[in-house]
Amino acid sequence: MDTNIPRTPPRKSATFDDYTLAEIRRAATTGIYDIRGAGTKRKVPHFDDLLFLGASISRYPLEGYREKCGTDVILGTRFAKKPIELKIPITIAGMSFGSLSAQAKEALGRGASMAGTSTTTGDGGMTPEERGQSKQLVYQYLPSRYGMNPDDLRKADAIEVVVGQGAKPGGGGMLLGQKISDRVAQMRCLPKGIDQRSACRHPDWTGPDDLEIKIHELREITMWEKPIYVKVGGTRPYYDVALAVKAGADVVVLDGMQGGTAATQDVFIEHVGIPTLACLRPAVKALQDLGMHRKVQLIISGGIRSGADVAKALALGADAVAIGTAALVALGDNDPVHEEEYKQLGTTSGAYDDWHEGRDPAGITTQDPVLAARLDPVKAGRRLSNYLKVMTLEAQTVARACGKSHLHNLEPEDLCALTLEAAAMAQVPLAGTSWIPGKGGF
Amino acid sequence: MNELDLKAMGITAINQTLYKLPKDTNERHWIIRNPMGQHAIACGLDAPLQVDIQGHVGFYCGGMNKHAEITIHGHAGVGLAENMMSGVVWVKGNASESAGATANGGLIVIEGDASSRCGISMKGVDIVVGGNVGHMSAFMAQAGNLVVCGDAGEALGDSIYEARLYVRGRADNLGSDCIEKEMRAEHLEDLAKLLERAKLKHRPESFRRYGSARKLYNFNVDHADAY
Repeated sequence: MDTNIPRTPPRKSATFDDYTLAEIRRAATTGIYDIRGAGTKRKVPHFDDLLFLGASISRYPLEGYREKCGTDVILGTRFAKKPIELKIPITIAGMSFGSLSAQAKEALGRGASMAGTSTTTGDGGMTPEERGQSKQLVYQYLPSRYGMNPDDLRKADAIEVVVGQGAKPGGGGMLLGQKISDRVAQMRCLPKGIDQRSACRHPDWTGPDDLEIKIHELREITMWEKPIYVKVGGTRPYYDVALAVKAGADVVVLDGMQGGTAATQDVFIEHVGIPTLACLRPAVKALQDLGMHRKVQLIISGGIRSGADVAKALALGADAVAIGTAALVALGDNDPVHEEEYKQLGTTSGAYDDWHEGRDPAGITTQDPVLAARLDPVKAGRRLSNYLKVMTLEAQTVARACGKSHLHNLEPEDLCALTLEAAAMAQVPLAGTSWIPGKGGF
Repeated sequence: MNELDLKAMGITAINQTLYKLPKDTNERHWIIRNPMGQHAIACGLDAPLQVDIQGHVGFYCGGMNKHAEITIHGHAGVGLAENMMSGVVWVKGNASESAGATANGGLIVIEGDASSRCGISMKGVDIVVGGNVGHMSAFMAQAGNLVVCGDAGEALGDSIYEARLYVRGRADNLGSDCIEKEMRAEHLEDLAKLLERAKLKHRPESFRRYGSARKLYNFNVDHADAY
């Protein structure tokens, strides 16, 4: 062979990359789609693509650590006799007992209460541990109605009617047999060990007109005291928010595609729904068009990680945010301290997403009593509280730099975008220009 | 016996009158007049009251009921006695969609027909329908008994879990994983009790029993056609 002839180096396909090839082989071997937890892993336009325009000559800042910057928020002011008053605009999103251990649910309640905010039940009912440790608890009302009963409904501080979630808008929940323990089976009235599939539609209402009647029933049963939230996955945010308001919601929760799930098909997580950033402005526009902005509160979720994300979400018009995945990380999820065990599971810390298998070394996404006992709810709750307080301090830092005496005084004018996509989605100017794509005819 | 006029009082005042009664009240029998098909009548009751509703009701009548015995002297709208925990809800006429949806306990009797999705996701309630039920009844039904004295519509018991279905008439279009099952002595005994509670004279032997084949309880690619 003539070694002097230049050889074409091996070239891999951009379309059939290593991940794609491995997934084809896995599907061919197992005959089942990939199921996993968490939200989308693809890179999508996000809050990282926005920057704040701090104060300078044309605007003056507030003194850090001295001049006050408010963080409180009241949710449910439209109809409820007892709105929820939170110290910080960062809430804990709905995550079920079943997908999470009882210890993890308790830790979420403890951390949220210490930080002055609310936590939320999930698709599986309310546990005494969670209610006992949550000063303000939002009760999710889901299509499955697992564990649903009027006593728990009345114990809640607010009710969240779940229509969809960002990781799988249009899809129902999934809890595989490994996690259907005796207690989970009893709470959900299901046989132990089955692969449980939650319904994707509510069993007794269809469409916004029916939803209005359902909300009326919930208000009657709770004496018109509790705020009623409506949660939707990010798909058509303008219309969904408008219809939720029309149906009588006090609060709309809007979850973008970065929002996590306990277990869903990967194809669903990665290919259905739109990014959180793309949800926000159409949602706010719907509220503004109806004269309901700040009257019906908007909670945005999906990929919120830092005080900067919080500040940007609020600047674009949200009243509060919700965190799920980030809260689990604060508790200890995917911590490198468990690296050896992650390796044994065929993964690595930071990438572990087989939450449906119930073998979480951190004791969070499991029903295994030995693994779950690893999580100390008191210590984990403290970690979550610390994290929530840091996020709040970060958001205040940014707001003061923009001259705002309350986080809710942040506004789109405080922002610019690093990319065309983010500028178009957030409807703020590309950095260094006055150009907002789609505005002014081009 | 006490009377409440919904036309005069409005639905919230009616419900709150009933909610505020102590559980050991002597004022147990209440009549609601002029229901006018309104929604959420007598939902969320939590005391052993006897409530007679004189006319037709809208959505969610008797929803989440505990302990109360509610009789509707007319037809019922969507979501009758949804998520009921205990007690009795009795309809003299027909019921619309999703009667007894997700209900956990108690007894629902519908003397006439029930529309689609009767007993959807039921979790322990007993439902007796004097006439027919519509399509997708007992969809994802988890526990409890559904007795149908007439015919069952399409896809009966689709994706059913552990609920038991008894049908006297036609049930020739079963949903995924729903099969006919042997009617053993204990089933005949249970069915006889349910028919007696519903004041129906049918012979238990004239019914057939349906339930889960349990083939969809854990994912199997060879069953993909059924999903």
